[in-house]
Amino acid sequence: MTIDKLNIDKSQFKAVVIGGSAGSFQVITKILAEISPAFELPIFMALHRLKHVRHGFVEALSIKSSKVIIEPEDKETIKRGIVYLAPANYHMNIELGNKISLSTEEMVNNSRPAIDLTFETASYVYKNKIIGIMLSGANRDGAWGMKKLKGRGGFAIVQDPKECIIDTMTTAVLNITNVDLVLKTDEIIKFLNNLV
Amino acid sequence: MIEDIEINDIRYLCHIVQEKYNYDFSNYAISSFKRRILRVLELFKIENMAALNEKLKTEPAFFKIFINEITVNVTEMFRDPSLWRELRDKVLPNLFSTHDTIKIWHAGCSSGEEVYSMCLLLKENGWLHKSKIWATDIDDNILAKAKDAKYPMKNMAEVNEKNFIRYGGKGKIADYYKEEGGFAKMDTSLVEGVNFRIHDLVRSGVFNKFDLILCRNVLIYFNQQLQNDVFRMFHESLFNYSYFVIGSKETLIWSDIASKFITVNQEEKVFKKVKE
Repeated sequence: MTIDKLNIDKSQFKAVVIGGSAGSFQVITKILAEISPAFELPIFMALHRLKHVRHGFVEALSIKSSKVIIEPEDKETIKRGIVYLAPANYHMNIELGNKISLSTEEMVNNSRPAIDLTFETASYVYKNKIIGIMLSGANRDGAWGMKKLKGRGGFAIVQDPKECIIDTMTTAVLNITNVDLVLKTDEIIKFLNNLV
Repeated sequence: MIEDIEINDIRYLCHIVQEKYNYDFSNYAISSFKRRILRVLELFKIENMAALNEKLKTEPAFFKIFINEITVNVTEMFRDPSLWRELRDKVLPNLFSTHDTIKIWHAGCSSGEEVYSMCLLLKENGWLHKSKIWATDIDDNILAKAKDAKYPMKNMAEVNEKNFIRYGGKGKIADYYKEEGGFAKMDTSLVEGVNFRIHDLVRSGVFNKFDLILCRNVLIYFNQQLQNDVFRMFHESLFNYSYFVIGSKETLIWSDIASKFITVNQEEKVFKKVKE
């Protein structure tokens, strides 16, 4: 299916959650650079990162983007138009009541932040009003979370494995979930900007 | 296996625990608490919430295990090395410039990694004999582990030692433990003077006054209402012009006691009480 023919009610979505790991940095940077400044939905990003490097990631992602990108503090209120990046060495949970909470629980899939946990909690809160996007990555983290998201009525998008630098993660999603769209980076950006 | 838990089921579980054991989990942050409960169901192969509730009602011994599994006991020595440098170079010298001895409270000390970090720091700088330390946790099983201080060698090598090097200690961390069958057994003489005791942040309240309180990545498991209550308890437990340290991604800015503290280091989340 091409995204031009999609019949999507813009107002049906309230949030976007994105997961990525090895090979996703360039993709994320491009998405954040080319997404419309008027894009209003909050975006939650769980990206695998070095646990002991607390600084620099937000700055690197912000260079080309007009979006406000932050690493939330615990119990931060979710605001429209903001991009929330899971901080180093914390899991990021989306809570009922429009809050983000953080946790230092055990690593999941050898990862903290774990994509599975952000996807699971976000889809629990937003049900069928969330878009999940899985990008390039070298492990299976996120596959379970995307399955939950789809099961709760969320809209599932996977970066085309053929375009991924490492396709383990996207393939893991596709193996267990019948996703809505498989898109190249440019199409993901177009899809998001169509929602504005 | 059960896939998800309803909020009502969590409320009912909290009710049972409150009635039977007088622990109050009703203001724990929902997503992590739910995950902890799912974990218990899986670990002990319990079919559903009704069966878990029944087990909690009828088996006090199981409740102890439950507490141990519900609480998050993931910790590191010298987690956030830059905070430990701030403590060594600014906070502690400042305290010792006006105090002969100081009192420190590690609230929610879990398996003790942070207590050992502190004692090691104090020892390396000649302050250990001038410090009285209390280390508390809600769970007596984990306190026993803290006292015993045997950490998996894998953690010691891959996490603790790397943190210690980034912190820039004088000696080697290996000087403070012996390897025993895959574990690093800490030199417990380091914590000889530490008072390990049970304390539930939710209901135990103030028990002493301190010059430095560390409570890092503990309150993130509580909702804001409960965080606020506990912040007030900490405020009351601190001497004026003493220090309060929370986790690098925690904040007290919205709490009732925010105006009674000044920020000493925003990055490391070091605050100083300036008002009773």
